[in-house]
Amino acid sequence: MSETAHTARNADHNPSWLYRNRQSIAPWLFLTPGLIFFAFYVIIPVFQSFYISTFDWNGLGDMSELGAQVGLANYVELMDDRKFHTSLINNVKWLVLYLLAIPAGLFISLFLNQTVKGIRLYKSLFFFPFVISQVVVGLVFTWFYDPKFGLLNVALGWFGIDSINVLGDPTLATYGVILAGLWPQTAYCMILYLTGLNAVDPEQVEAARLDGAKGVRMLWHVIIPQLKPATFIAFVVTIIGALRSFDLISIMTNGGPFGSTRVLSFYMFEKSLGEYGLRMGYGAAIAVVLFLIMLVFIVYFLWSMYQEERGR
Amino acid sequence: MRSIIKASAVALGLASVSATALFADAHSQLTGDLIIFSDMSNPAPRAVMEGMVERFGELHPDLNIELTVIDREAYKTQIRNFLTANTPDVANWYAANRMRPYVDAGLFEDISDLWAEPEMEALASTRGAMTINGAQWGVPYTYYQWGVYYRADIFAELGLSEPSTWAEELANCQAIVDSGRACYTIGTKFLWTAGGWFDYLNLRTNGYDFHMQLTSGEIPWTDERVLATFANWRTLVDMGAFVDDHQTYSWQEALPFMVNGDAAAYLMGNFAVAPLREAGLTDDQLDFYQFVEITPGIPLAEDAPTDTFHIPAGAANKDAAREFLRFVVSPENQTIINSGDGLGQLPVNAGASVDDDKFLNQGFEMLSTNSPGGVAQFFDRDASAEMAAAAMEGFQEFMVFPENLDDILERLEETRINMQ
Amino acid sequence: MFPTPVEKTSRTWQLTYQSLLPVALFLWLMPLIAVMVFSIKPDSDFSGGNYWGWPSSFEGFTNYGKVFFESQMPRYLLNSVFITVPTVIGAVALSCMTGFALGIYKFRANLWIFFMFVAGNFVPFQILMVPVRDLTVDMGLYNTKTGLVLFHIAFQTGFCTLFMRNFIRALPFELIEAARVEGIAEWRIFWYVVLPLMKPAIAALSVLIFTFIWNDYFWAVVLTQGAESQPVTAGITSFNAQYRAAYHLMSAGSIVAALPPVAMFFLMQKHFIAGLTLGAVK
Repeated sequence: MSETAHTARNADHNPSWLYRNRQSIAPWLFLTPGLIFFAFYVIIPVFQSFYISTFDWNGLGDMSELGAQVGLANYVELMDDRKFHTSLINNVKWLVLYLLAIPAGLFISLFLNQTVKGIRLYKSLFFFPFVISQVVVGLVFTWFYDPKFGLLNVALGWFGIDSINVLGDPTLATYGVILAGLWPQTAYCMILYLTGLNAVDPEQVEAARLDGAKGVRMLWHVIIPQLKPATFIAFVVTIIGALRSFDLISIMTNGGPFGSTRVLSFYMFEKSLGEYGLRMGYGAAIAVVLFLIMLVFIVYFLWSMYQEERGR
Repeated sequence: MRSIIKASAVALGLASVSATALFADAHSQLTGDLIIFSDMSNPAPRAVMEGMVERFGELHPDLNIELTVIDREAYKTQIRNFLTANTPDVANWYAANRMRPYVDAGLFEDISDLWAEPEMEALASTRGAMTINGAQWGVPYTYYQWGVYYRADIFAELGLSEPSTWAEELANCQAIVDSGRACYTIGTKFLWTAGGWFDYLNLRTNGYDFHMQLTSGEIPWTDERVLATFANWRTLVDMGAFVDDHQTYSWQEALPFMVNGDAAAYLMGNFAVAPLREAGLTDDQLDFYQFVEITPGIPLAEDAPTDTFHIPAGAANKDAAREFLRFVVSPENQTIINSGDGLGQLPVNAGASVDDDKFLNQGFEMLSTNSPGGVAQFFDRDASAEMAAAAMEGFQEFMVFPENLDDILERLEETRINMQ
Repeated sequence: MFPTPVEKTSRTWQLTYQSLLPVALFLWLMPLIAVMVFSIKPDSDFSGGNYWGWPSSFEGFTNYGKVFFESQMPRYLLNSVFITVPTVIGAVALSCMTGFALGIYKFRANLWIFFMFVAGNFVPFQILMVPVRDLTVDMGLYNTKTGLVLFHIAFQTGFCTLFMRNFIRALPFELIEAARVEGIAEWRIFWYVVLPLMKPAIAALSVLIFTFIWNDYFWAVVLTQGAESQPVTAGITSFNAQYRAAYHLMSAGSIVAALPPVAMFFLMQKHFIAGLTLGAVK
């Protein structure tokens, strides 16, 4: 440290422009590498996708040479595309049902928020599904649902119920995939709430107890308001998770049966890079729609963060 | 396929002599790297591919050959990536319309010069399937018959014999269903298996020319003749001819139904024989018959998909690649790779010999003498990619919910019109 | 504490709770336990229809031996390591700097840049897919681990910046002011004052990013294609295509693919949860 101070004192005698403005230059120097990476791989591509979505291009060869500018034709075609409609509806199902992870996570965290012996290990094991890749979760649940030997149907058999082919039934398949997705997502929400519960003010709880609050009333009026930060984060990650659903669908149903489990993210991939899909422009148009849906939430998240920043 | 027989006498001598001469000639010259991407990822084909590279390498010791084998399903989506970047010198693909997007985008090398060489005469039967815009874009290395593989022991138990007419087929199936089994196993999760059923019902109901017109988008899906095909299909679906829950299984996952005797037959390509044998079915239990006639008088036509090798336009070592293609199509090589302990399929070169295998003999016999209507590639190779995807999804839906047919056909028709 | 600690409740509930815990856990992990059981069964159990009975023999060593010695799995696992570790280092390094810049300095664009990172972190992958693939192809990095690593670093920088910036905000600012009064250069403040304080954040973020990247499937499929560069999440699908309907091997393969992040989680549990729940309590 003394050496540092020495150098600095020397600099004081001869303050260069750089030195005088160090406080305004330094942040940019620190930001540059990150910004370059982020701009090239994230920011610019978003706009490029908008541009590509106005082309009819099969992804082979150079777009400006072999593609054709078609304006909004891809979007017009989307309007009448029934596969696109199915995907949109499924996205809504995902968004709504995936949010069940929040109350489910809260429930489990309340169940586990104790101090009995070995509870730490229980908490870890309950959290376990979140750490596993979605690919493996998908495989695990595919076998779980298998109409021939799946555990689900074995269990239904004990109750004398006929086996159901969850992933083969177009009315059930999407719900089957969402349930598989809820498994790790619930674990995620659970851990958020466990942390949140840790920070609940014990005095307030005691005070409420003295006032006679118990059980659900206590939970609703005293606990949940204090869990608001945890709920906000759980909401953010769950919404993003719902709109990013791709791995599970690709592994469990490959979009089928007859396209009933497609969502926008999967349909986009299918159209542009799938086995029979060679339409980059059309795929990009689907991606743009998905992006715009996400944008609604992004704006909301940022607005919430902005409010909090100002409140500081 | 009759041309195979015709051409064979001439080609046999010619091809082997000149091929040998060519090898000797090129022997000393080939150097550098030869990068090969292959989709032959199942165990047996993989061994064949590796063996082929090894033998080619022995002929050209100065050539450094790098083989990359990619999962067969994944390969179908990845080909467009490596054709534009990270380009190999040789790549596997399929014949007919399935290669059109890459040809149109200029990503495959025009190898008409290779096809002009005299020894290619022995491959004349597949020239058409390799030709787009008047030029040839690849060479075939194997093809295989489709047809009905069935459990002979179950047929014997029920007192059934191989059918040859639609009525017999239906009667057999009824007897099988009555015995508590499904007539046919199938796994439609990846859709193309349903395409096989449509192809055969359509080829038999309406004939080869209709198949070609339909797949090339010239005929509306609401055409009466299409409806007739589906009506025949529906008869089977309504009988309970197919195994339940087929939409959840891949074709491999559908094999156990046949092995366990829950289903009596499988409409499939000859590649199904190897896993069926592996699973324990003996040649006494397993037999084959040609798909039956439906509309009397329509010449029988078959699906016989041809698998191919191509040179990407961006290949670095095109001389070596061409030499490899010559090696691939040579009768000696085609005999080796298609033998029973290799691919267990049919060689394309008329000068190659068909391995003495029960199913290969039957297939070769069928394709060369009893397929007067013509030989189609396969639904998803004859139709354009987008049409194939939409149609095969519709076929799968039809097999589960036949009552949705009108709606399905309306959608397919929309797709067809949009593409024009 | 809520709910009421069991110690303070009736004896009956205490006993019920104690016995309910393992039952609930078993039900919760049942699909996974099923796969573990599958992975030690012999092939014959499946062809014989004995899916859920006791394994007729213990074949764990055979099955896992096949995965490790007769398939490409070790190669995929190694690829995953070579993709994940550089990404963790790169993303954490970049975000330490961006987090420092956004957390310490006050300048007009600060909040906007911060929001840009946050927003970018939320975008759906598909909107980036085609351009990123083209960019990677143009740079000659298609089907290389490097291509995948560069993208992952860039994308994760969004999340990491959010994390680091918020962490740095919570540090005592007086330390930095004191250092400035001493006349210490800005980069030295970063290196000697702030970085040591960020150790817990770095640890937490590293574990988190490790898990995220290890489990990535989408970008692996988009940017790589063969055993020479694909990570294990994509490799497992090739592995399964090879052994389709061989459930004992697919199960063993899946377990192997899932294991490293699980191990990471159990070893670094404290950091992991700290990272995941940052912001959940304020």
